[in-house]
Amino acid sequence: MRLFRFKGGVHPDEHKVTTELPITPMPIPKRLYLPLQQHIGAAAEPVVKVGERVLKGQLLAKAKGPVSAPVHASTSGIVTAIDEFTAPHPSGLPVKSIIIEADGKEEWVDNIIPIDPFKLSAEEISIRVGEAGIVGMGGAAFPAAVKLNLGSKHRIHTLIINGGECEPYLTCDDRLMQERPGPIIDGIRLMLMALQCNQAYIAVENNKPAAQSALRDACEAFPEIEVIGVPTRYPMGSEKQMIQTLTGLEVPAGGLGADIGVIVHNVATAYAVQQALRHGRPLISRIVTVSGGSIKTPANLEVPLGTLAEELVEFCGGLSETPKRQLLGGPMMGTSIPHLDVPIVKGSNGVLALSETEMRLQPSPQPCIRCGRCVQACPVGLLPLEMAARARNGKVEDALDFGLMDCIACGTCSYVCPASIPLTQYFNFAKGELARKRVEQQKSDRTRELAKARQVRLEREAAEKKEAAARRKAERDAKKRAEQAAKEKEAAS
Amino acid sequence: MHAIVALTVLGLFLGFLLGMAAKRFKVENDPIVEEIEAQLPGTNCGQCGFPGCPAAAQALASEGAPVTLCPPGGKSLAETLAKMLGVSFDASAMDDGPAKLARVKEELCIGCVKCFRECPTDAIVGAPKQIHVVMQQACTGCGKCEEVCPTMCIEMFVPPTTLPEWRWPKPQHEVVARAA
Amino acid sequence: MNHYIPAPSPHTHGTLNVTRIMLTVWLALLPASVYAIYLFGWPVLNLFLITVTTALLSEAATLWLAGKNVRNGISDGSGLLTAWLLAMTLPPWAPWWIAVVGAVFAVVVGKQVFGGIGQNLFNPAMLGRVALLIAFPLEMTTWVNPQPLFTEAAPGFINSLAITFNGLSNIDAVSGATVLGHMKTELGRGVPLAEVLPGFFSLQQGAMGAMRGSLGETSALLILIGGIFLLLRRLITWHIPVAMLASVTVLATLMHLIDPARYADASVHLLSGALILGAFFIATDPVGSPSTPRGQLIFGAACGALIYIIRTWAGFPEGVAFAVLLMNAATPLIDHYFRPRIYGRSSDGKPLDYTQGKFARLLTRYAGRKP
Repeated sequence: MRLFRFKGGVHPDEHKVTTELPITPMPIPKRLYLPLQQHIGAAAEPVVKVGERVLKGQLLAKAKGPVSAPVHASTSGIVTAIDEFTAPHPSGLPVKSIIIEADGKEEWVDNIIPIDPFKLSAEEISIRVGEAGIVGMGGAAFPAAVKLNLGSKHRIHTLIINGGECEPYLTCDDRLMQERPGPIIDGIRLMLMALQCNQAYIAVENNKPAAQSALRDACEAFPEIEVIGVPTRYPMGSEKQMIQTLTGLEVPAGGLGADIGVIVHNVATAYAVQQALRHGRPLISRIVTVSGGSIKTPANLEVPLGTLAEELVEFCGGLSETPKRQLLGGPMMGTSIPHLDVPIVKGSNGVLALSETEMRLQPSPQPCIRCGRCVQACPVGLLPLEMAARARNGKVEDALDFGLMDCIACGTCSYVCPASIPLTQYFNFAKGELARKRVEQQKSDRTRELAKARQVRLEREAAEKKEAAARRKAERDAKKRAEQAAKEKEAAS
Repeated sequence: MHAIVALTVLGLFLGFLLGMAAKRFKVENDPIVEEIEAQLPGTNCGQCGFPGCPAAAQALASEGAPVTLCPPGGKSLAETLAKMLGVSFDASAMDDGPAKLARVKEELCIGCVKCFRECPTDAIVGAPKQIHVVMQQACTGCGKCEEVCPTMCIEMFVPPTTLPEWRWPKPQHEVVARAA
Repeated sequence: MNHYIPAPSPHTHGTLNVTRIMLTVWLALLPASVYAIYLFGWPVLNLFLITVTTALLSEAATLWLAGKNVRNGISDGSGLLTAWLLAMTLPPWAPWWIAVVGAVFAVVVGKQVFGGIGQNLFNPAMLGRVALLIAFPLEMTTWVNPQPLFTEAAPGFINSLAITFNGLSNIDAVSGATVLGHMKTELGRGVPLAEVLPGFFSLQQGAMGAMRGSLGETSALLILIGGIFLLLRRLITWHIPVAMLASVTVLATLMHLIDPARYADASVHLLSGALILGAFFIATDPVGSPSTPRGQLIFGAACGALIYIIRTWAGFPEGVAFAVLLMNAATPLIDHYFRPRIYGRSSDGKPLDYTQGKFARLLTRYAGRKP
């Protein structure tokens, strides 16, 4: 198959030391912290009460609105609290979470009836995927059912299964592809059904030959599924760049892959779909790579959602030194977290503890020398140096003209910048600034309307009062006149 | 001699052009006042020191009042005004501290409806002898309710940042790229 | 966690930094520099040392006056590189004060006045050179004959100090014109090219550099090797050098075909003067050149054309410095108009429209071959 090249990109040191390590199940911890929002969209709404006993796989919080995802119990136990807990987010701010005290019995809910999923309709498949709480597991955590539903509105000609895993260190998808290729292929066939599409490509970077051959063996019987080796180049795993690599088509700015008939799902999502439809299991665990120079024994773990990162690290023998930075996700786009007491959620693919040397932290940013390396490296074709200069001067609207909203925040520009300017942060800042302005504008528009309405109301009330006063006066006058008349009458008579 | 004639003619011609242009493209002063007023919150809260938004708009347009005068409008309003008026302002110097909102201390509220009557955006709900509540989505933080409350049960507070409202801060190091 | 400052992604970094870039470029200049020292003797070494020392001292002084961090400002190596490049454009036996004035002008006026590294509109080294050329035309065009070290004619070390600091008494006896200078004068007198060049210039001489000229002008080959080193290390891209050399080659060949008696062929232009140095080391200075590949092609081609025009028709025999400075001034304009196409957008910035035209056909073709 002919592949296309996306512009720019880099090849950072891979550090994939865990490629050979099999997936190890992680024991159920004592306590689980399940944030109500582990996905893009509206937070889920709790359906259990504090003190209630819940079973493994039981619905804890239901989806709220069209773009949302439910949360299920990762194990059986007691709900001890529904409270704020540190979110897996760079801000380190808390988010409402359901906290479960595990009872160690691992008792499953009994409402699971195995069915033949291939007898389901396309709509039923995506409904079940939605009910299982499945979200994009490559990191973005967009509800998978919403994407599977797009088949009803758009004609989808190609489903791309993203096995790129272009982030350094991470091997969770790699291991999943090596160890469970059958279920993945099964899941892909179900996804094809849901999308009413008959061509799927599994794109796997060429640095994962074992995963490629495992998948090839598993999909031999299914001509509609093809494994494609793609060049090892960051950000290959980015949806837009992957579509470009495989099809030569580009997602129109501001649009979706579905607009050009292409849908991208992560391999782990395909696996989760299979688990949900074949075995009726909601998304309650995921595979996480624990790695980095400060971790004693790196590993690939299958982790119940809600387990604290701290426990994963402990399970891996702890830290060999105080890490310079701890992350959820990969080093290019991952989230730095203030401490390890942060739960693993649906989108967490890695827990990394990095040492200073492997981060190659630069002392401090230097002035831009306009070398244009960021321009060469940007996979989108932006001018990072110009955008950052404008963001720095607070001219976020100007940065917008340079394509700020087309930025995919892949961090390639910051990675190559010889002056180590935090370009990506400038863009995040500028995007946040625009969002803030939009919110402020909305509020001020609303309050202006309210103020106007009040003005109108006050005027109306004043007018009414005046009218009422006039009426009363008229009545009084009439009464007086009547009395007068009566008196006169009396006097006359 | 030729030069003098030529220059005189040229001068007269250009002067005529300028005069025509001044007549032709004359800018009325008033529209800008209305435009500015349309941008202001319209709550007449008086925090700017002028009696109401129309007066503030007038001051901005003709008396050179600073674009940063309106606390409820915040930095984004200041930027809009600066653009409209073609002036620059120091955004970083502007106290962009988190906007304050009003909140009723329920144990002190006597349900006197004074704040309710005062609120320029009808952000306070309540009825006589009932505890009042401030609807934060509609509150501009003007503080008028705080002034009229007889029991001092209204306090201005800084709402804590929630996750969806959190924004990446600006990088702290001052690095520059010359803008092309 | 109120005081927690989040660390932005990415959490890893490439190996390149500014100091490394500057030092690698300097390294690439070394072969030609060493050869220049060999060819023209110890005065060249004096010149290098004086230029670099002055540049660093004046840079430190300016940084200190501006209240900036002196150590950071010096340690990026950009001052060293500017000074070295400037020295390479000086006549080999130029007096000490030429080096001092040039270095101070380049660093202070050319760079720090604009706000330091990355802020300068113009290439500082070229600004320094042009200032010298205009202010001291005589000193800047006195070209000694090559007198390789360890030969009889070469001045000894002590003698070299005298040359640098005291000037030369019998300068006319040991100096002459550069190839380009000679060509300009002779052609100006109406002498046909066929009589001008023989005996004055040969390809081998041009490549190896055993001829009169400024330090960086002599050995085209060694400069080229340095340039290719930079390309291989990916410190520069091919766009500017290739565009620049190609544009000079095309123009020279064209004019030579029109009138061989008046216009020298491309080899003369390529191998004489500072063209190769300019193409690989000066025009590629990132600060003053466009940041996009297309912009760089235009920049390089325009530099080449200006060089040819200045050499052929203008008053100066050599035009690299002027051409680069002129194009530096045009860089913001080029950067403004030649932006790369953004993913998912057409070149005019509108989102790609797959519902009609070329893109619709592309999509149908792609989707159509699906089962």
